Amino acid sequence: MSAIENASRRRFLTGGIIAAGALVLGVRYYSRFSSGDTLPHDTNADHATLHPNVYLGIDPDGTVWIVASRSEMGTTSRTTLPLVVADELDADWKRVKIEQAIGDKRYGDQNTDGSHSIRSFYDAMREAGATARFMLIQAAAQQWGVPAAECETDLHVVVHRSTNRKAGYGELASAAAKLPVPKREELKFKAKSAWRYVGKGEVSYDLEALVTGKAIYGMDARVDGMVYASVEHPPVLGGKVKSYDDKEALKVAGVRQTVPIDPYQPPPAFQPLGGIAVIADNTWAAIQGRKKLNISWDNGANETYDSDAYKKELRETAHKPGKVVRNIGDADAVFAKAVKVYEADYYVPLLAHATMEPMVALAEFKDGKVTAWAPTQNPQAVQDIVSKELGIAKEDVICHVTLLGGGFGRKSKPDYVAEAAVLSKKVGRPVKVVWTREDDIKFDYYNAVASMYMKAALGADGKPTAWLQRSVFPPIPSIFDVNAVYGDPNHLQQGWTDIPYDLPNLRIENGPAKAHVRIGWLRSVANIYHAFGIQCFTDELAHAAGRDPVDYLLDVIGKPRTIDFKGVEYPNYGAPYDAYPWETGRLRHVTEMVAEKSGWGKRKHGKGAGVGIAAHRSFLTYVATVVEVEVNDQGEVRIPRVDTVLDAGLVVNPEATRAQFEGAAVFGTSIVRTGEITATKGAINQSNFQDYPVARITEAPYQTNVYIVDSEAPPAGIGEPGVPPFVAAFCNAIYAATGKRVRDLPITKLGLS
Amino acid sequence: MIQLKVNGAEQSFDGDPEMPLLWYLRDVLALTGSKFGCGIGLCGACTVHVNGQATRSCVTAMRDTAGKEVTTVEGLEKNGLHPVQKAWMQINVPQCGYCQSGQIMQAAALLNSKKKPSDHEIDEAMSGNICRCGTYQRIRAAIKAAAGEMA
Repeated sequence: MSAIENASRRRFLTGGIIAAGALVLGVRYYSRFSSGDTLPHDTNADHATLHPNVYLGIDPDGTVWIVASRSEMGTTSRTTLPLVVADELDADWKRVKIEQAIGDKRYGDQNTDGSHSIRSFYDAMREAGATARFMLIQAAAQQWGVPAAECETDLHVVVHRSTNRKAGYGELASAAAKLPVPKREELKFKAKSAWRYVGKGEVSYDLEALVTGKAIYGMDARVDGMVYASVEHPPVLGGKVKSYDDKEALKVAGVRQTVPIDPYQPPPAFQPLGGIAVIADNTWAAIQGRKKLNISWDNGANETYDSDAYKKELRETAHKPGKVVRNIGDADAVFAKAVKVYEADYYVPLLAHATMEPMVALAEFKDGKVTAWAPTQNPQAVQDIVSKELGIAKEDVICHVTLLGGGFGRKSKPDYVAEAAVLSKKVGRPVKVVWTREDDIKFDYYNAVASMYMKAALGADGKPTAWLQRSVFPPIPSIFDVNAVYGDPNHLQQGWTDIPYDLPNLRIENGPAKAHVRIGWLRSVANIYHAFGIQCFTDELAHAAGRDPVDYLLDVIGKPRTIDFKGVEYPNYGAPYDAYPWETGRLRHVTEMVAEKSGWGKRKHGKGAGVGIAAHRSFLTYVATVVEVEVNDQGEVRIPRVDTVLDAGLVVNPEATRAQFEGAAVFGTSIVRTGEITATKGAINQSNFQDYPVARITEAPYQTNVYIVDSEAPPAGIGEPGVPPFVAAFCNAIYAATGKRVRDLPITKLGLS
Repeated sequence: MIQLKVNGAEQSFDGDPEMPLLWYLRDVLALTGSKFGCGIGLCGACTVHVNGQATRSCVTAMRDTAGKEVTTVEGLEKNGLHPVQKAWMQINVPQCGYCQSGQIMQAAALLNSKKKPSDHEIDEAMSGNICRCGTYQRIRAAIKAAAGEMA
């Protein structure tokens, strides 16, 4: 185990890396994030007396420093991972101080996406806590001259019961720091019955700051001497400035200068989009100056992109044979002879993230180094792109991570941070780039538009005897390789190649689609459209077969088994298959449980009301959701109630988990009701919440009930898995209430009103 | 020169009178609790009180604040926490938290005018405030809890 070493004796030598930028932190650097913060590479944990690894330090006053190395965007990972450390350390949570890590590879992966913070770091956090606890016990045992095996811990103290001796963690820190760091095999982990925090949970460490306006987001970062920038980007992806006139812009009070930013060299990846930046003394002046710019654009090749025509293309492609990504039996042979064959096309448009905090970043280039303060899900990606853009070493990019005003995957892509760094170099001052909402909507990395063609033959019992599904969507790898047109295994696995049904004949295909906008990860990603296609088609088949949708769903899932992915490229979200097998029994269980909890089949629904169900596994978590819908004579849709059951293995923070699934239902509501980004001549048509509406309190589910399965399985994803089944269940409920099938999202096209 | 009061303190402003109050609060006074979300009064993240009324500061020009009393989330309660803030903590409302200053200011204004708002009244009053994390059911519960506290 090289990850755990006694770093208290191996100070992280920062040397010349201490950027001057970090020393001018200005008036209000995060008082709760760190204190002092004069050495940007060091944390208080690094400087603590006992410091067995990068995540943890203990001071003689008993303060426990825990480093949050992953970003906080509302999922509570900044609290929940440190809770695991504190539990295994047997520490008093009230004496824990959390500090946010900068981007640094010593923390391992910091890209807070893919719902894997707990799954990937649970063991490391336990180990960090257990290591310090082991050393504290050893130190106490040595002082008392008793065997360590006779000592135990009890909330921040080591105790030797038979002699009634006690010593606080703070008192023991110095002595413990002199001891060797134990090997993992020597560690003794707490028994589950002794867990204080894991499985019980805690509210956010930042809760009070969040309700008092004191929490610092990227939007709130300030340093002395900074200027503000607003950037006019090329309206079409890949466009360039032909010429521009900034005379009027420069007349706006507070505007200092304009700065051109070079267009990116394809592929776009995380590079700035290019355009003209207006630099000003405040945000308002920068935005006003920008409105006065007169720019002539060369729109480039993507000017041909029109989302209506593109939709037709996708559908046509979905009707042609594609690349086979999974096959069982011979579906075509069955279709050729089948009496009952059903077909349907499903469509989900481009979706924008619309985080409440638009893209924003503050960066200072000074003496060949960059210090950035950014609401980023991926500070190491910030280091990468900024170092490339500025031609400096990655180690010379210091990225402080602020709180994020929403992320949903958008803030894994640090184009906006690179923009701030590029501008700071050109301007010679710290620059804060503030995107407007319009910038955010028009220059997103959108969730892929997708067309899905579904076909099934039903036997005499109504069960599918053959199943074909074909998806077409511009893939995320297109941002890294402009020629990428096929779905990659990482996204085909998301609810598509892993269809959990027990089908004798199954063929899964994928067709090509070229991207004309930047495609990126959005909460739940490809699971959104895949679950929509499969779970809504299943509901259609249930009705065609005259069956109850829950019974039918359980029937097609079949008997509990572990899916065999032999011959299929199935990455399993990066998790080992033996630890996280795809178990259909768990999907059955959440389905049965949600039927029971929701009173499926027992509650009466009046005219214009109905319920729908869907079940889906994503990010290794099994979820089933029942949505109740009411549609009045005006076609207005209400969601009085949602019931959702999840099996995410060990759940560290149930309260935060319930909140995530409540939120997922609202996120899914936005997708179904109004989520749609379109383009004309390559430019995005939507701009703000009037034409890209998201669910408000009046449209969101009135009540979402979340039930967590008590599971012995290892921890799985929480942030994303709630969205896909909600979307499908909502659409199935609309059918139950109105008799109208939702095959195209959003439902604005359905003609309910 | 525009004279106004912000969280009880006298302030004067001699910049662009068209500048929205939001940017004056954030960029000039460094009161960053009020958030920028849409810039056109559609999301409510910038909500403050102007003479006690919930107001979208992103579309309120400085010229219209002359002689007014502005309260931001930082000044909502001078001592400790306002009942709405306490309720927000008790119900554990925030996720990312970015919109919550605006939600809290909107809710506080609602409770000033309606001691015991119904579900319908809450939804109506809060429908201008977007929460992308989707904390609405907790917002509704917290407003009811705060109403109980303030009664």
